[in-house]
Amino acid sequence: MKQKSKAALLSTSAWLIILIFSFPLLWMVLASFKTQAQIMSTDNLLIFKPTLKNYSAVFEQYNFMKYIGNSAVVALGSTLGSLLLGLPAAYAIARYKLQGLALTILVARIIPAITFLIPWFILFSGLKLVDTFTALILTHMLVGLPFIIWIMIPFFESLPQEIEEAALIDGCSKFKVFLRIVLPISGPGVITSSLMSIIFSWNNFLFSIILAGEKTKTLPVAIFNFISYSEVNWGGIMAAACIITLPIILIALVAQRYVVSGLAAGALKG
Amino acid sequence: MRTAWLDKNIKWVFTLPAVLFVILMMAFPIFYTVRISFFEWSMSAVTPPRWVGLDNYIELLNSERFWQSVKATLYFTVLALVVETVLGVAIALVLFREYKGKNIAKTLFLLPMVSTPVAMGLVWLLIYEPTIGAANMMLKWFGFKPLEWLGNVNQAIPSLAIIDIWQWTPMVCLIVMAGLSTLPKDPYESAEVDGASAWQKLIYITLPLVRPTIIVAMMLRLIDVLKTFDIIYATTQGGPGSASETLNIYTYMLGFQFFKLGSASSLLVIFFTIILIFTLLMIWIRKRLGA
Repeated sequence: MKQKSKAALLSTSAWLIILIFSFPLLWMVLASFKTQAQIMSTDNLLIFKPTLKNYSAVFEQYNFMKYIGNSAVVALGSTLGSLLLGLPAAYAIARYKLQGLALTILVARIIPAITFLIPWFILFSGLKLVDTFTALILTHMLVGLPFIIWIMIPFFESLPQEIEEAALIDGCSKFKVFLRIVLPISGPGVITSSLMSIIFSWNNFLFSIILAGEKTKTLPVAIFNFISYSEVNWGGIMAAACIITLPIILIALVAQRYVVSGLAAGALKG
Repeated sequence: MRTAWLDKNIKWVFTLPAVLFVILMMAFPIFYTVRISFFEWSMSAVTPPRWVGLDNYIELLNSERFWQSVKATLYFTVLALVVETVLGVAIALVLFREYKGKNIAKTLFLLPMVSTPVAMGLVWLLIYEPTIGAANMMLKWFGFKPLEWLGNVNQAIPSLAIIDIWQWTPMVCLIVMAGLSTLPKDPYESAEVDGASAWQKLIYITLPLVRPTIIVAMMLRLIDVLKTFDIIYATTQGGPGSASETLNIYTYMLGFQFFKLGSASSLLVIFFTIILIFTLLMIWIRKRLGA
């Protein structure tokens, strides 16, 4: 009997904690279906007639489809670029024990990103690259690349070397060993590190407020279109917040295992 | 022949592109920032950068606004870090046990930390709204007086810290839970034989054993909390007045609102030094505690 009530207490408190932490997201979703008048009143907090007007305004008036596209181009582009540079580098660091090199790249994690912003702004202005995807993808890669390298170094280290050695003896070149043998068995590591890179690029705000313009504005910057001096369009902001958050929440839910291990790996190396 | 060359130098062929990229994107900006911190420059075509030596630094160190931002940064960092650690460890101890729906609970717990910070800042802006916000509504339910939250000079930093705590306590939890899952069983068995209470087991066995993991989590959070930008920019932009203007926000304002690139750069050098000192301190503590 005592055991049973203890178990009930444990699961109640666990779910209470989860409820408290889910509250802001729940509130965001509810408000996104309310009219401005419903948000401004404190009656009918949970039960109300939902409206889709906020969502249609986000897409029609504020042209959110374009910003979703922009964010996707930058997130995918910077992740691909980071994989291209990061996978071979991580493999070489893991196999040839280039610890110093690994550390140098990890410094990017500690330095405040704003440090790079002034020189980048000057540099990209000079090269006429402000408001281009090139500038955004290159800068976002500086966030993605360290993540990919960190997650992949221990992953490559844990791969059995016997297969690689056997292939080398059979006359396979080192480059081909990497391409044909190492990469195909590295799926889980590549997925984990790519997801991390996509999530961090999607959420990035600081680089985009300075380096994006009308053409390349990403979602986190576009959401500020809803704040005018006269009145805050709360319903619109909440709908926009839902739209920004939804894709990465879906990623996190579907690939939960990878996201957890990615966050943990990123954390332990930091 | 070419294959042989490639095989011999594969180490460098594989790492060079990444290294060059990092140097171009990172090392160059750092040197550049240090350099222009000795210049007065407003990014206009008419007045070229002018060498002023240490003037930017001296001016900053003598300005009230700079010290205000140092204070705001430390206050925010210490508050968020302490609460996140205590709460994170406590929640990890609860969520780590077996209960109904543990897997779903763990997944839901993941959501705050992947959610886009700027968007979450705006969601909290609505929650903190003095007249229609959920925060004051709840205070009223429980019979407390409503607060001004982000609008009050004294409440702004704690209110911002709550947002950071909401978003990142799950991260501390996650790391601590990973640490808990690797603990050995033997100490608990012998403690059981000795008749130790659950509390004693927690204080004398569990906490000392997960201490290294807790320190790792704190280090990571420390580095990130010091650099918090998105949620502050989205909610208060440093206000009211300059009550929540942390070093990161102040640098942004100096550089991109007032276009005082020289001063902003010298502020960055100071900011970076502070982060470096904190990081080294944490590494030293970690070593001292035998993590």
